[in-house]
Amino acid sequence: MVTLPVIACHECDLLQRKIALPPQGRARCRRCRAILYRDYPPGPDRALACTIAALVLFLIANAYPIVGLEVQGNRETASLYDAVHTLWVEGREDVALLVGFTAMLTPAIEISLLIYLLLPLKFNRVTEGTVPILRFLQTVRPWSMTEVFLLGILVALVKLEHLARVEAGIALWAFGSLIPLLIIASMSFDPEELWAKVTG
Amino acid sequence: MGESDRLTRMAFTRTAGRLGLLSCHLCNSLTESAPGAYEGRCSRCGSHLRFRKPDSITRTWALLIAGYLLFIPANLLPIMHTNSLFGAQSDTILSGVVYLWTSGSWHLAVIVFIASILVPSAKLVTLTFLVVSVQRRSTWDPLQRTNMYRILESVGRWSMLDIFVVAMLVALVHLQTLATIRAGAGAVAFGAVVVVTMLAAMAFDPRLIWDPRWTRHE
Ligand SMILES: [Zn+2]
Repeated sequence: MVTLPVIACHECDLLQRKIALPPQGRARCRRCRAILYRDYPPGPDRALACTIAALVLFLIANAYPIVGLEVQGNRETASLYDAVHTLWVEGREDVALLVGFTAMLTPAIEISLLIYLLLPLKFNRVTEGTVPILRFLQTVRPWSMTEVFLLGILVALVKLEHLARVEAGIALWAFGSLIPLLIIASMSFDPEELWAKVTG
Repeated sequence: MGESDRLTRMAFTRTAGRLGLLSCHLCNSLTESAPGAYEGRCSRCGSHLRFRKPDSITRTWALLIAGYLLFIPANLLPIMHTNSLFGAQSDTILSGVVYLWTSGSWHLAVIVFIASILVPSAKLVTLTFLVVSVQRRSTWDPLQRTNMYRILESVGRWSMLDIFVVAMLVALVHLQTLATIRAGAGAVAFGAVVVVTMLAAMAFDPRLIWDPRWTRHE
């Protein structure tokens, strides 16, 4: 099958010819200004490095407390898991599931599947199930809300300031650095590279 | 209106749909559809393709109505109960914003107000406007309407903010000597509003905004 050098805008369906872009360039739809395609750095190296670093930070972010609270000499800490767990045991299973899904499960799936795709690509191979995985990633991506969660932590911290002394935990910094890494990773990963390999 | 009008009248413009090409949103390739068929399979990646999202308008309407209905309990029911030495207190989303404002964190009050009240309500209203305009095959400034859709699609996720705030507060102020915080029923309704409005935005097909243009200029 020959790929036509033509692309249809995802947002207005207008057909447009594909042209070569300058480095880091982006092509926009001439009618609705949607981004049609962009230029990526060659090879999966940068995306892979960022995703692996993101995985490490994600593990730290989940294993360590996000914030500590000191009330009358008692020290209480909370991790993301504690938040989900407490909501669950207190009978708010639905809210617990929503938080667990958007802040914990979806980012975990996103990061690990990206590594699963990128690592073989580095050695010029395509993994089994690449197409369904890409499809699944596209579905799951809008529900991954690490950056919203980080803002939520900050608001909670301010709300507690009057009640007790609050201090930021390691996980807070891990969450904070995770976000730019994930953005860089997604901006340096060219799905076309995979498509070219999948379709031979 | 002038600019977008000029753009849509460009003589050489063609949409994939009009030429019988199905465009794949996963791999970006185009597939010729069988004559008379409304759907097909991507010749490159095998994805199931349709010219437009299936039943876009009906599904968006259903989710929008659910969103409007849930929006009421989400704002009226408390999202959080606090038990402290100073007594018991229940907070709705709005009273949480007021609290932040009066306690001097006006910048956070503004952020929470935008994320939890402004964004969900503006999203419901804007999406309703878009669906109605598409149903009436309106040709009013499609570029403007596409921009509205883009904004509502990208800001929707930020409404989850209050759910995360409650989750962190509950985990931290849990069985403390000083106070206990529990999530209220409003949090469930509010979380449902966020999910339902995100699904509604996903069900809507922005290409429908541009479609009436073609039938008019044919
Ligand atoms: Zn377009």
